[in-house]
Amino acid sequence: MTLRDHLRTAFVSVILLTLLTGCIFPLVLFAFGRWLYPTQAAGSLVTGKGVVIGSRLIGQDFIRPEYFHSRPSAAGNGYDGTSSGGTNFGLSNRKLIEGVRQSAEAYRKSNGLPPDAIVPIDAATRSGSGLDPHISPTNAELQIARVARTRGLDEGAVRRLVASHTEGPQLGFLGSPRVSVLELNLALDQAFPLIRR
Amino acid sequence: MRWLEYIVFLALVVGLAWPVGIYLACVFQRRPTMLDPALRPIESLLHRLFRTQGQEMTAGVYTLCFLLFSAVSTAGLFVLLLIQRWLPGGPADRYLTTPMTLDLAINTAISFSTTTTWQAYGGENTLRYLTQVVGLVSQNFLAGAAGLAIGIAFIRGFSRERAATIGNFWVDLVRALLWVLLPVALAGSLVLVWQGVPLNLAAYTEARTLEGGLQTIAQGPVAALEFIKNLGTNGGGFFNANGAHPYENPTPLVNFLAMLAIAVLPASLTITFGRMIGRPRAGSILLAVMVVLFAGGLVLCDYAEAANPPQLADLHVAGGNMEGKEVRFGIGDSVLAAVVTSNGATGSYNSMHDSYQPVGVLVPLVNMLLGEVIFGGLGTGLYSMIMIALVAVFLGGLMIGRTPEYLGKKITAAETRLTILYALLTPAVVLVLTGLAIATNAGRAGLVTNTGTHGFTEILFAYASSMANNGQNMAGLNASSVFYNLTTAVAMLAGRFGLAALALALAGRFAAQRRWPTTSGTLPGDSALFGALVLGTILLVGALSFLPALALGPIAEALQH
Repeated sequence: MTLRDHLRTAFVSVILLTLLTGCIFPLVLFAFGRWLYPTQAAGSLVTGKGVVIGSRLIGQDFIRPEYFHSRPSAAGNGYDGTSSGGTNFGLSNRKLIEGVRQSAEAYRKSNGLPPDAIVPIDAATRSGSGLDPHISPTNAELQIARVARTRGLDEGAVRRLVASHTEGPQLGFLGSPRVSVLELNLALDQAFPLIRR
Repeated sequence: MRWLEYIVFLALVVGLAWPVGIYLACVFQRRPTMLDPALRPIESLLHRLFRTQGQEMTAGVYTLCFLLFSAVSTAGLFVLLLIQRWLPGGPADRYLTTPMTLDLAINTAISFSTTTTWQAYGGENTLRYLTQVVGLVSQNFLAGAAGLAIGIAFIRGFSRERAATIGNFWVDLVRALLWVLLPVALAGSLVLVWQGVPLNLAAYTEARTLEGGLQTIAQGPVAALEFIKNLGTNGGGFFNANGAHPYENPTPLVNFLAMLAIAVLPASLTITFGRMIGRPRAGSILLAVMVVLFAGGLVLCDYAEAANPPQLADLHVAGGNMEGKEVRFGIGDSVLAAVVTSNGATGSYNSMHDSYQPVGVLVPLVNMLLGEVIFGGLGTGLYSMIMIALVAVFLGGLMIGRTPEYLGKKITAAETRLTILYALLTPAVVLVLTGLAIATNAGRAGLVTNTGTHGFTEILFAYASSMANNGQNMAGLNASSVFYNLTTAVAMLAGRFGLAALALALAGRFAAQRRWPTTSGTLPGDSALFGALVLGTILLVGALSFLPALALGPIAEALQH
């Protein structure tokens, strides 16, 4: 075998193996994946009245008091689904500390908490993706009073809804307990429809 | 709860290492496997088209074929990246805001053909779906398989005696793809789709949110990339946020499977090694050393991240350090991913390491600087571990005053030279490039997010990651410049081909030796004492090489609080 032979094999192998792994593999995967799990393959989209509201997996921004609020986000101008990412601030960075201070203060204010109340860390920090669909159960708990008050509801009813939307660790030991904000708010609208003015 | 997850993870990695390691030995010794009836015809068809007859190769020819294959891969991907703007399909032009400059194309092509998958771009703003699938998915397979092939060839250096050859690169490559990566990736990818990883070619979704706002959601054939990027120890994400993105990593189960995909194959290669050389205990000892180092890093990183950040002490917040982390993963899955991806030469982190505690980020940084010996890259991790084990053998030989030998192979002056060159290459490249970056305006211009000791850590981390062919980053460093695109490319090339060439040259020399009989004066390579010696050597060599640099970065930052 000469160098030319080896080079020829290198060319042929890269072309053929690219066809195998970069064309045939994805096509086979598409055939099975879209047949077995069409909803997930399409991005787990949620629709209401024929309009796409968002994705079950992608967090969105909520500012109105009658909804549970997502975490602060560093994706674009907040929950930009085309610009994922975190702040990447180091913990020694003044910008990070200021950001946490402001988020925590805003959180206390909107939920009517005393100025020295402990804020759950997920409510004051920005996620890695900027699209985190979840909040911690503690964070949801602290928002119940506000949501119930603005909707004129009994806190117990809202608390039951939160409890039924709290996911424990997957398979009993994987990951952290969490509440999907979009799904909770959708359930809230469905159970206690808002009269839009 | 997270401790249970850590323990189950390690138990699964170790438990799976035996059956998988034995299977790998069967595949590469061309012994019968269950998949043969389906795959043998494809294998012989491919070799007919390649015009290869499977002749044995010397270490030199084997290395040459590996280099040629990688060079053609890089060139092909480079061309595809330059023309990708004109490819049909999504995403729409208005979302592709990052221009594919010449230096970015060079960097990305080298990055994916070396399994580094360092990304100086965000996927959703730069690449067409077709580029991601045809260009990147294929290189995730091909570069991963090439790594596995050279790992196996390295093992043959120990398993053979008085042999001129160490196998055939094309045979090993095709077997790695057909018998290992393709079937596992197909099954794994389907599980990912089931759990919610998208698989579509749709336009970015325009959603009308519950509050009536507009949200555009990037889509794509994410699941095609997602599993193989971990299985091949590549790690480059489909989206900018990589494993933190809910579409790439929607559930803790997906995350757990990804971590297994990274760690199991490299861990099981220790068992393959023991089996192919006929000394099973020698492989188990190496695995034990890996597990001890893994557990140490995990405990330290968990300790740093689970504590409430002292920097935020007077802000009345509680729950550990969640900046840059996802709620579904919490501290546990984030720390596990940081440790596994940094050990496994895989860049698919699921939390932003730039926002870790200094001690928290010290762990992935050190894991990479040690040369990816803890599990490590697919195939490459095994020889990284054995090369450092040879340094331990050399030190042991000095202590007992005998010619050092490992598993029946003598380490003479020539072998020692190769081993020491190998051990010096990583510190030389990483420290010189880091020094260059902090000494030049072009290098310091990357520090757009953080400065001071933290900024220094970002730069050190970038070159450690490139050299280790890992690809993860502290993303606050703005590495999308000509300077970083070219210098990290140099580190990636040195880390892939410089180290592989030295390791394969050594394998060739070992294959040519006879197997020396074990005597009472031999330091046995399969004893717990030897394991302890290797462990100590890894830490000693790492500390001697990098302690000054680490003192300027994460250690100095940690002492400020």
